[in-house]
Amino acid sequence: MSEFEPTIVAFFCNWCTFTAADLAGTSRLSYPPNIKIIRVMCTGMVDPQYIIKAFLEGADGVLVSGCHPGDCHYINGNYKARRRIKLLKEILPQFGFDSKRLRLTWIGASDGIRLAEIMRTLVSQIKELGPSQSKLSMVI
Amino acid sequence: MTVTAKIDVKNQDISESIRKLLEDILKTEIIQAILVSQHLPMKKMVMPTLVTDPDHLDGIDPLAPAFPVNAATIAARLTRKPIGEKIAAVLRPCEIRAFIELVKLNQAKRGNIILISVDCPGAFQNKDYLKFAGQNPKEATLRFYKKVMDGNAVEVEGVELATACKACEYPVSENADIQIGLYGMKTDESILVKAQTEAGDHILKQINLSATNEPAARQTAINSLITKRSSFRDEMFLKTTETTNSLEKISSFFASCVNCYNCRVACPVCYCKECVFVTDAFNHDSFQYISWAKKKGIIKMPTDTLFYHLTRLTHMSTACVGCGQCSNACPNDIPIMELFRTIAHVTQKAFDYQAGKSIEQKPPLSIFCKDEFQEVVGIND
Repeated sequence: MSEFEPTIVAFFCNWCTFTAADLAGTSRLSYPPNIKIIRVMCTGMVDPQYIIKAFLEGADGVLVSGCHPGDCHYINGNYKARRRIKLLKEILPQFGFDSKRLRLTWIGASDGIRLAEIMRTLVSQIKELGPSQSKLSMVI
Repeated sequence: MTVTAKIDVKNQDISESIRKLLEDILKTEIIQAILVSQHLPMKKMVMPTLVTDPDHLDGIDPLAPAFPVNAATIAARLTRKPIGEKIAAVLRPCEIRAFIELVKLNQAKRGNIILISVDCPGAFQNKDYLKFAGQNPKEATLRFYKKVMDGNAVEVEGVELATACKACEYPVSENADIQIGLYGMKTDESILVKAQTEAGDHILKQINLSATNEPAARQTAINSLITKRSSFRDEMFLKTTETTNSLEKISSFFASCVNCYNCRVACPVCYCKECVFVTDAFNHDSFQYISWAKKKGIIKMPTDTLFYHLTRLTHMSTACVGCGQCSNACPNDIPIMELFRTIAHVTQKAFDYQAGKSIEQKPPLSIFCKDEFQEVVGIND
């Protein structure tokens, strides 16, 4: 049987983490292709709804990543994102979703190397958790 | 010194004593209108009415164990813009808590309204109320009160109180301007009326009332009721968690949901003018359904049922007051309140927030601090 390849949906902020991902690419750093990046203008615009949708559609993990606290291009979007992630990390485990499947990180624009490292670690973590419960069963 | 007084009860008719008090309040002319529940002449059901003429207070029945709507939304509608007149509203404690939430969400104004609350022993589900009320609903109300006032009964004449009420640990409002007290009172003789704010005090001072002290038995009675209801509530949390703690279980919990969204319409704190679930974002193209179905070979129609409920939980669970109108509104008897209260309890605790408790406490998702919730950041734990 082939190894389980997880799908991880990542919401990257345009100004920091997405730029870091670009940098990782231009620096020819490699990381697993399991991460599906969605570029957003700010982590503060990631409605909890997007994350729920990703999970219900069968994502094995969701990563939200933006600027370090204090560096937000829109001053405080990442602080708002942190509260929403906190909220989801309270709600989703109530329905059996492992809290480790949802991650929030701060990756600055110059952190290409760190980004690649985090992606590798995250993918191996999710592989260990196995497929999400929504992957195979019907979601109503 | 704020006013604490008693009102005599004649012929065991508490409703009449409250009617007289409201009439006096309306006649002070500080208040131009009162929002209060009464029996509609054409049917037995009790509905909120806005009364400006004291003569039209005759049919009121604020004690009726009926709870057709959470009137917080109506009070919000009446106070959204200044009208130059002052109104009062007789609301249940959960309606007041929902109203406080709406004020904080900028949907209502607190200063334009006098909140009057009566100690709440709970109410029936809509269908059950009509069964109970029978031919003489006003008399049924008094029978109901007699039975439940000791705080022990959770059913009257074979009809059970709504689960939301059995699990409600807020039988007395802390935020009403004027509180009408029944617990711990000899309600055959008199009931308590007390001002809890300056505005309430100002009104009660215009009325001729006989001052009294709050009997010690009152607090004891309230405390024991709260203990009882809290333990019912905690048991409900455990049972609900047990039936919903995996994707499979939560799916079976909502299996009979038909996406009517009645629960959202009935919810007093779901205040969006247009819910995202009725916008074009969810008006999917026909081919979209086929492509979704192809992914797993099957999808359930209508789609997005669980998506809707989980989204609603993230949007409003921190403001949930547990009034139970969602369960009341469900055409398929899904015990939504049980689930929403269970989750709301978790989320409100996480943000150290209690919905409807105070005007000062800011809604959790409207604020943030610099150095908080570090535990959710990073990929190591």
